Amino acid sequence: MELNFKLDLPVDTRLETGAEKDRLFDLVIIGGGPAGMTAAVYASRKQMTTALVSHDLGGQVLKTSGVENYLGYQYITGPELAGKFSQQIKQFPLKVLANEGVAALAQRSDNLFSVKTNAGRELTSRTLILATGKRWRNLPVPGAEEYIGRGVAFCSVCDAPFYRDQPVAIAGGGNSAVTAALDMLQVGGQVTLINSADGWQADPILLARVQKRVTLLDAHRVVEILGDGAKVTGVKVVPRDGGETRLLPVRGVFVEIGLLPNTEFFRDFVALNEQGEVIVDCASHTSRSGVYGAGDCTSVPEKQILIAAGDGAKAALAAYDYVSYHFKEE
Amino acid sequence: MPLLDAETGKQVKAQLEGLTHPVTLHVFTQELECMYCRETRQLAQELAALVPKQVKVEVHNFTLDKEAVEKYKIDKIPALAVVGEQDYGIRFFGIPGGYEFTSLLLAIKMVGQGESGLSPASQSKLGALTKPVNLKVYVTLTCPYCPTAVHLAHQIAMASPWVTAEMIEAAEFPHLANRDQVMGVPKTVIEGAGSFEGAMPEPQYLDRVINLVTGGSA
Repeated sequence: MELNFKLDLPVDTRLETGAEKDRLFDLVIIGGGPAGMTAAVYASRKQMTTALVSHDLGGQVLKTSGVENYLGYQYITGPELAGKFSQQIKQFPLKVLANEGVAALAQRSDNLFSVKTNAGRELTSRTLILATGKRWRNLPVPGAEEYIGRGVAFCSVCDAPFYRDQPVAIAGGGNSAVTAALDMLQVGGQVTLINSADGWQADPILLARVQKRVTLLDAHRVVEILGDGAKVTGVKVVPRDGGETRLLPVRGVFVEIGLLPNTEFFRDFVALNEQGEVIVDCASHTSRSGVYGAGDCTSVPEKQILIAAGDGAKAALAAYDYVSYHFKEE
Repeated sequence: MPLLDAETGKQVKAQLEGLTHPVTLHVFTQELECMYCRETRQLAQELAALVPKQVKVEVHNFTLDKEAVEKYKIDKIPALAVVGEQDYGIRFFGIPGGYEFTSLLLAIKMVGQGESGLSPASQSKLGALTKPVNLKVYVTLTCPYCPTAVHLAHQIAMASPWVTAEMIEAAEFPHLANRDQVMGVPKTVIEGAGSFEGAMPEPQYLDRVINLVTGGSA
């Protein structure tokens, strides 16, 4: 293992309940991934008074081992990129409520928005940006919930060392699944990639890197995760065309089958589509005036760091226009 | 070759220069048959050399220095006790490298400020603890979520006289990780009370710890 010592300090600008309680913000951004952090930069440069609420600053970028399609960097690790984002927002007088989630959202009778956090704080704002991203989706099969942390895993960079030289399965056929396969190969894992769709969605350039080093099972569904009560012992897979069920003896199952939007709190607040994503138009508007959406939690097609960041910028500028138009007298 | 580069050194200095309480890093090593003992000692020494007024290092030989081993309750190496005006029970077992270097810096900063940084609500919740509790937080050095759990455990140790908290680097202590059935990190283990996986915000982490210890009666 190569040792490194890099500091990645949490943003340390705690909002004091007393002092800030009655303060009115121009913008509260909910979510601290690429969309939320880019929005914070754009809003701060427009001198909007801004707060950002995030229980995981950096978002999904933190669990991405390598990024090769964010312009300006031919290759950068996810955590490094997230670190650069948070460095950039630190230069602004922005209020960051890190390590806090949103517990409730409401629009008051004076049209201002109230945001309650799960640490018991309450913020008032003229506009909101919803940028809460997505979270891992688990396999809807027997054993999947039961064996989380005991063989069923979602973060290959975190947990790869526990599967050194072990047979593992990765469920998924996209870029994340192939990236997880690369992480597991690094610790000598014997990897089987199981893609439930017919045909791989991963970029061909990524797939080519693992093709000869892993077992590829295209068009196979995982139907059960087996264990001995303490840990995973195997997965059952069945071909989509209805062939015979096979049992793969593996010690780990990394689940990379896509994501669920973190929008439960917005269900009665803004319109969501069938996938639970916040519906936005091309100017980042949601169904509620003064509320904007950006990044993976929205209906924008293609969930990419670069796209989320761009959407965050757009949403902040839209919020700025709204504040300028509706509150210019103040 | 130094472990800390110039840029990191600058950041460390900026973070620790203003500490108001002296901090001593007690490093337990032996020179042979210990993965990363040498590096852990070197890391502590390089760090202290950056802020000599604020941070001191005492190196102890794990096999010979029985008194210190007993005093700081060290049972494996490399080990690092972060001690301020008193010993709050804050430990690192295994090298605090990778993401855990941030945990080490946060622990030194907290001890040197003499403040846990926990919210008043969290601190009053800790009043429910009335017997000794030891939090073991298993990590890997490549886990970006782990420092959140490690630091919360250390904050709890700082705030409660009943709690001690340690980071354990799973790769260096595979037998322990195996015993505690660690297959995903961060994993917080409270001996005799149970365990839970994942990093979470302060209020939830506190609740998980207190519920496990009090059997959900708090």
